[in-house]
Amino acid sequence: MHHPRPIDRPFWSPGVLVLLAFMLAGGAALMVRFIFGLGYATNLSNTNPWGIWIGMDVASGVALAAGGFTTAALAHIFGRHAYEAVTRPALLTAALGYTFVAFAVFVDIGRSWAIWKPVFFHNYNSALFEVAMCVMIYLSVLWIEMIPILAEKWGTKIKVLGWFNRKLSSFMWIFIVLGVVLSCMHQSSLGTLMVIAPTKVHALWYTPFLPLLFLLSAFSVGYPMVIVETNLATTSLGLSSEMEVLAPLSRFTIITLGLYMALKLWDLLHRGVLSLAFDGTLAANSFLAEVGLGVILPWTLLLFPAVRRSRRRLFFAALLIVGGVLLNRVNVFLVAYTPQTGTIPYFPSIGEILVTAGAVAAIMFLYRTLVTFAPVLSAPKQEEMTR
Amino acid sequence: MSIARRQFLKTAGLGIAAMAATPAHAWESKAPEDPLGCLVDVTRCIGCRKCELACNQVNKLPEPETSFEDMRVLDTKRRPTAGSYTVVNRYYPGQLTERGELVPSFVKIQCMHCQDPACVSACVTGALSKKENGTVHYDVGKCIGCRYCMVACPFEIPAYDFHNPLTPQVRKCTFCLERLEDGKMPGCASICPTEAITFGKRSTLLKLARERIDNDPSRYENHIYGEHEGGGTSWLYVAGTPFAKLGFPRVPLEPLPRRSETIQHALFSYLWSPALLFGGLALTMKMLSGEKSHPDKE
Repeated sequence: MHHPRPIDRPFWSPGVLVLLAFMLAGGAALMVRFIFGLGYATNLSNTNPWGIWIGMDVASGVALAAGGFTTAALAHIFGRHAYEAVTRPALLTAALGYTFVAFAVFVDIGRSWAIWKPVFFHNYNSALFEVAMCVMIYLSVLWIEMIPILAEKWGTKIKVLGWFNRKLSSFMWIFIVLGVVLSCMHQSSLGTLMVIAPTKVHALWYTPFLPLLFLLSAFSVGYPMVIVETNLATTSLGLSSEMEVLAPLSRFTIITLGLYMALKLWDLLHRGVLSLAFDGTLAANSFLAEVGLGVILPWTLLLFPAVRRSRRRLFFAALLIVGGVLLNRVNVFLVAYTPQTGTIPYFPSIGEILVTAGAVAAIMFLYRTLVTFAPVLSAPKQEEMTR
Repeated sequence: MSIARRQFLKTAGLGIAAMAATPAHAWESKAPEDPLGCLVDVTRCIGCRKCELACNQVNKLPEPETSFEDMRVLDTKRRPTAGSYTVVNRYYPGQLTERGELVPSFVKIQCMHCQDPACVSACVTGALSKKENGTVHYDVGKCIGCRYCMVACPFEIPAYDFHNPLTPQVRKCTFCLERLEDGKMPGCASICPTEAITFGKRSTLLKLARERIDNDPSRYENHIYGEHEGGGTSWLYVAGTPFAKLGFPRVPLEPLPRRSETIQHALFSYLWSPALLFGGLALTMKMLSGEKSHPDKE
C-alpha cells in the first residue's frame, strides 16, 4: 500500500481543457442570472419555484457527497484503518461537493447577498432552516478535516496552516464525529422538506417516511460513490485500481441498500400505491427506473462475489446505485412535484443546465488540481508504473 | 462479523428507532383564537373587478397591461402574480338560466391567511409570520428569496419577483395590514358594490355563512371553504356549486405544518438525537481507537 502523495501527472490534459470550457459557459450563464434575474435565466415560475439548482445541485449534491461521512465513520470512528486509502479522496469530494451546494444555494436564492440571514433569524419549525444550518456548519467541518492534508503539503510554507494543524490534532476527533452527526441530521431533513407539500408531491413518493428514506439512501450511496469516483480517478490518472479496498467496501452496501429497499417497498405496499407505478405516466416510468435500475438491480448484482471482485462489474453496479439516488432526488423535487394550478410542466432552461454543468466541471477541475498538488490519492510514482 | 460492524449496525438501528418514534400528540396549533377574516359569497360576485382595482391602489402595485374595466381578461384563468395580489376568474359550473344559457360564477382569489400557515412554518428565517389579528405578514427584511414558502402553500398563492435580479420579494395579499391597524377594512372588501365580501371576526363570519346556507339551502352548497381546509383559514367562501368546479384546490383538512413539524421536533427538540448520536459515536471511536484492525478480505 502506498502513502497518499501528490500525483506527478501532467496537469494540462485535453480533459482539463474541456472542463475549462464548461466552466466558462457556466460562468456566462451565471452573469445572465445576476444581471437580468432568475426569471430571465431560468424556467422557474410561481407554480414551479424550485428547479434543477435545488433538485439536482443541492439535493443530489448533498446525497452524492455522502461518501465523505460514510468513509470517515468507517475508517476513523469504527477503526477500519485499512479504508483510509479511500477516505482522503472521499473527504475531498465531499468538501468540494458541499462547497458547490452552498454555491448553488447562493445562485438560486433571489437575495443572494442575504444568505447569512438564517444565522441570525431562526425558524426552528422549518426543515430548510435545519438543512441550512447543518450544511453551513458541516461545510466548515469538512474544510477543517481537510487541514491535515493541506498542511502536509503547505504546512511549512504557510505558517498559519501548520500552526492550525498542530493545534487541531488533539481535537480532530470532535470534528470527525460532528461530521457524521451533522450529515445524519441534514441528510434526513432534506427528505422532510417535501413533507409539508402533500397536495403537490406524487403519491409514489409522498410519505412521512421521506426523512428516513433519505437518510438510508445517503448511507447506501456513500460507498458506491467512493467506488465510482475512485475508478474514474484511477483510470484517468493511470493509478492502481484500489480493488483490495473497494471490493470489501461494497459488502457494507448490500446491508444499507437492502435496508433502504426493504423500507421503500414496505412503505409503498403499506400505503397501497404500488399500482400507480404501472400506469405508464412519465412519473410512473421515472419511478420504475429509479427503483428497478437504481435499487433492485444493483442490490441483486452486489450479492454475487464475482461482481464484487471484478473492477468493471463493481463499477457498473456502483454507477447504477449512484444514478438511482440521483434520480430519486430529481424525482422527489422535480418529477413528482405537480401543483394543482400548474399549466406548463417545468423543464430546465439552457441557462440552468449550463450553470449546473459548469459547477460539475468546476468540482472535477478543483479535484484534479488538489490531487495534483496535495497528498490526497495513494499513488505510486510514475516511474514505478509499468505501462 | 467484527465488533466494528456490529457497533455500526447498532448505532444505525438506534437512529432508525429514534426516527420512527414520532409521537403524534406533540404538535399544537399556534392559530390565533378569533382573528379577523373575510367571507366571500361567490353567489353575490358579479365579476366587476373593482376589488382588483382597489387592491392595486392600496398596495401601490404597477398598472395592469389591460385596464380593470376590460372584462375580456375573464376569458382566461389567471393566478395572483407579483403585480396583482388578487384576481377574479369566471367559471361556468353547469347551471343554466331559464333560456338555457350557462350561468357564470366569479371567484376572487388571494392569500387565504391560514390559521396555521404552511408558508410560515416553512420559512427559513421567519420572514413570514401569523399575526394575532389573522394577517399572514411578510417581512422583506428577513427574506432570503429561497421560495420554500411557495413550495409549501397548499393554495398555491405566493408569487415571486422573478425578474428582479437583486431585491426580489415574495408577493401576496397583505390583508391590507395597515388599514386593519387603522380600524379600516381591506381595500377589496370596502369597495365591493354587491357586498360579496364581508369583513369581520372569523367566528362571526362562520356564523353568518352558516345562517346564509341554512336560510337558503337551494342557493348554497352546504360547505364553507376555509372553515377546515388546511386547518382553517381567515378567508372563507360560500358558493352555489361544489368548490371543485370553481377552481379551488383540494386541500387536506388538517393543518399542513402538523406532520413536518412533528417530525422535526420529535427528532431535534433540545438536539437530543444529535447529542445522543454524538455521544455514541465518540464512545465507539474511543473504544476502538486502541484496536488494530485489518481490512476485510474476501
